[in-house]
Amino acid sequence: MTRVDDRFALLKKNGQKGFIAYITAGDPTLEFTERLIIEMDKIGVDVLELGVPFSDPLADGPVIQSAMIRALKNKTNIEKICKMVKQVRKSVSIPIILFSYLNPVYQYGIEKFARDLKDAGIDGALLLDLPVEESSEYCSVMEKYGLNTVFLIAPTTTEQRVRTIAQYSTGFIYYVSRTGVTGERSDVNPEIENKVRLIKSYTDKPVAIGFGVSDPQQARLVAKYGDAVVVGSAVVRRIQEFAEANDGHISVAEFVRSLVTPLHQGA
Amino acid sequence: MALPDKRGYFGDYGGKFVPEILMYALEELEKTYEEACNDPQFLDQFSYLMANYVGRPTPLYYAARLSDYLGGAKIYLKREDLCHTGAHKINNALAQCLLALRMGKKRIIAETGAGQHGVATATASAMLGLECDIYMGAVDVKRQELNVFRMELLGARVISVEQGSKILKDAINEALRDWVTNVDTTHYVLGTVAGPHPFPRMVRDFQSVIGREAIKQIKASEDRMPDLLVACVGGGSNSMGLFYPFINEPSVEMVGVEAGGFGIPTGLHAARFQGGKKGVFQGALSYVLQDEDGQITETHSVSAGLDYASVGPEHCHLRDLKRCKYVSVTDDVALEGFSLLCKLEGIIPALESSHAVGYLIENPPEKGKVVILNLSGRGDKDVQVAKQELQKRKHSHD
Repeated sequence: MTRVDDRFALLKKNGQKGFIAYITAGDPTLEFTERLIIEMDKIGVDVLELGVPFSDPLADGPVIQSAMIRALKNKTNIEKICKMVKQVRKSVSIPIILFSYLNPVYQYGIEKFARDLKDAGIDGALLLDLPVEESSEYCSVMEKYGLNTVFLIAPTTTEQRVRTIAQYSTGFIYYVSRTGVTGERSDVNPEIENKVRLIKSYTDKPVAIGFGVSDPQQARLVAKYGDAVVVGSAVVRRIQEFAEANDGHISVAEFVRSLVTPLHQGA
Repeated sequence: MALPDKRGYFGDYGGKFVPEILMYALEELEKTYEEACNDPQFLDQFSYLMANYVGRPTPLYYAARLSDYLGGAKIYLKREDLCHTGAHKINNALAQCLLALRMGKKRIIAETGAGQHGVATATASAMLGLECDIYMGAVDVKRQELNVFRMELLGARVISVEQGSKILKDAINEALRDWVTNVDTTHYVLGTVAGPHPFPRMVRDFQSVIGREAIKQIKASEDRMPDLLVACVGGGSNSMGLFYPFINEPSVEMVGVEAGGFGIPTGLHAARFQGGKKGVFQGALSYVLQDEDGQITETHSVSAGLDYASVGPEHCHLRDLKRCKYVSVTDDVALEGFSLLCKLEGIIPALESSHAVGYLIENPPEKGKVVILNLSGRGDKDVQVAKQELQKRKHSHD
């Protein structure tokens, strides 16, 4: 059981919906990320998805692309991220999942990656361009270290694949609520309800819904269908806006709090 | 066993490394391709268009003066530059646009570096009545201006990509972002033997017409197999197209020429087999130019079409098997090849293909050998860049 598993069990017991935030590690510095993790822990973010920057983030929209460029300016890499989390882990209990493209992990070495994640107090990973078909080695190594392997399901995922992914994904299943790159959107895809129902017919694992959620109303609306809501670009945009200001991490956290509160108030 | 295997691997390389959203599109494409290959009506339509629209077979031309200049080996040029639109790219673009129609997709997107794949895709789209958007790095938009205008004339929209290093890989990123967003209505016509399965296999199959024709033609003129095949390698579609039908002819040596840019020691090149290592990039496990953290590094080549950080997975496999040899040629030598072919044969080659000519200048084959060089495209698009580059070099020699 990881912190992620424990947190979802607790949410279920309390009849609450979970809130998952995505931020890019090292945007604009790892010190800022560390301060932000402390704030996120305080306001009760249920899972933090910590992005490993990549030079060619082909599944990300402009907001996260520019966050990654900022993070790469100071050469943020897996080693430095693990070191930072290991430090902050002494004072926070927030579940943390590393969110990465495959190549940085492949170069780091999968065994070393899993060992260092475990050692740093990171609870698992999601590799955006690693489909389940290619993941058997990765999954068995991660399992050996007691780490979660989160996988995505998309609107285009066939029923047969939904079944396989539901089996491989641990911690939770991340349902991408619409096709496209990451980014904020003003409407909510009506297909969500049907697809989540299909996923639920194959598994009891929690389902988090993301891609395009940008404000508290949307978060509440989307949360009806799943167990948690993921917000990425809208948070990253606040980081870009506030990072240079005094106590910028507090301003970002204020925005995140506005998203967390309605979800924790229960359905 | 014929490669790739079921999972899209050529030995250790290939596979399908894409966001979940695209998995369905790749499965659908694979299925459509399999069905089309067994559908006589599709095959008839395709071969009709290859003959009467593309202008195949392209000639295999004996370059007498070049042969003489290089010391007496018989150099033949496979004239892909004489295809409609001026490069081999149309073979694949046309086939994939027909597949798009079969899948009921009315919108086409493509990436382009040198602009030849963009022009070919825009052409096929115009002829088949499909909507067409082409992604092109801003740097390439500038250095291949003529092709941008050609695409626009053909009714395509050219989208200049300002992200990253603004070259071919960045155009592929943007095309993939478009595809994940519009996958229901859009087919992505990938222009080379790279990317996720089934693209490397499918593009190879569509380009293999080059090698199949070459076998017949060389037999007719020399009554034997050639000793050496030479072709430039960016993603690697023209080289794979020529090489593949010769794979089981052990006496035929094959050399793929990568872009050496300013020279390997400068780090400013696109020679994946010199400075790269195994990695996962843009859908496939292959050789990739990258730093120690797995970040993709910037590349340089005078030729936009070879200026790419990765290479088709099957090339990696053929290299491991030692079936093909991969070398690199600098910008300087490629430009020498460019000038030489203009003056000796009255053929203006693409800067990409000029790398293959450059290789022969540096490594002239023995007298009596029979060589086929794939002249993958014509150089009209490059005359402006070539003029600048040649003037620069002339001045530095003064």
